[in-house]
Amino acid sequence: MAGLQPPVSEKDHIQGNENAPVTLVEYGDYECPYCGMAYPMIKKVQRHFADDLRFVFRNFPLSESHPHAVQAAEATEAAGLRGKFWEMHDTLYENQDALETDDIFLYSERIGLKLDQFKKDLSNKDVILKVQSDFKSGVRSGVNGTPNYFINGFKYEGDNLTEAITKILSVVRG
Amino acid sequence: MAALQTGTQAPDFCLPTTPDQKVSLSEFRGQNVVLAFYPADWSPVCGDELALFNELVSDFKGMNAEVIGISVDGVWCHVAFAQERKYHFPILSDFEPKGAVARNFGVYREKEGVSERALFVIDRDGVVRWSYVSPIGINPGADGVISALEEINKKRSA
Repeated sequence: MAGLQPPVSEKDHIQGNENAPVTLVEYGDYECPYCGMAYPMIKKVQRHFADDLRFVFRNFPLSESHPHAVQAAEATEAAGLRGKFWEMHDTLYENQDALETDDIFLYSERIGLKLDQFKKDLSNKDVILKVQSDFKSGVRSGVNGTPNYFINGFKYEGDNLTEAITKILSVVRG
Repeated sequence: MAALQTGTQAPDFCLPTTPDQKVSLSEFRGQNVVLAFYPADWSPVCGDELALFNELVSDFKGMNAEVIGISVDGVWCHVAFAQERKYHFPILSDFEPKGAVARNFGVYREKEGVSERALFVIDRDGVVRWSYVSPIGINPGADGVISALEEINKKRSA
């Protein structure tokens, strides 16, 4: 079983209870239709497990297949510099069919960012490097497409996250 | 049929990649080669596998490695497939005699008439240094290939 490398750290974007017994990591691509389909499902899983689940998102843009994917990922990281990562993340998955540069500028204002600052943040070296290093970590971890999931550090190959997380919770709790 | 073992000399081949262009393994002496056999153009899993390798072409080059895809599809099919998917590496047509190269590498599936989904890492001297045959419907990812290339480069610089 392939393992997550590197483990979740403060460099990651994390949603939910930091002491949750289960951590779910998604490697995703904003232009990937399967990730788009997974987006509401993940929200449901998060609501279902509430404080028992911590959710982490890492970028895995397949730039050759999805021409807008890298810029979309950078947009979330740029928004993240101003504390708005998840707002941009959600907006992009809710508007997957409109990921042109102008669309992204529009979304940045919609989530309350200042456009001039956002434009600067988009070309910030750390933003670009974060997307690249997420991608590299995915390759190391055995990510083979998107979305790919890791539960408590181990790759999950199935298609029923709720069932898998429930099982792990029952083991963790004994 | 068992895949070629680590340490064996990879059998040379010369196969078309476009209607007027051929690629042979021996051209790559001095470079590492990642040889990716896949069952068929256009099938979704292969697409994902090759899409991932396509993203990594420059990383592989940084490790002195070139990627080559190979399937039994005809050359015109490959041309259309490579154009549509924007592949930055050659895909070769193991079409006539069908699957001959896959057979030489021990990864031909007689019953279906396609190759296995198999990866070989071949070093600069043409020796197989790592291989992996994955279940046909499962995209193997690239972590194994990268570790194998790192191992080869580490030994060389040691």
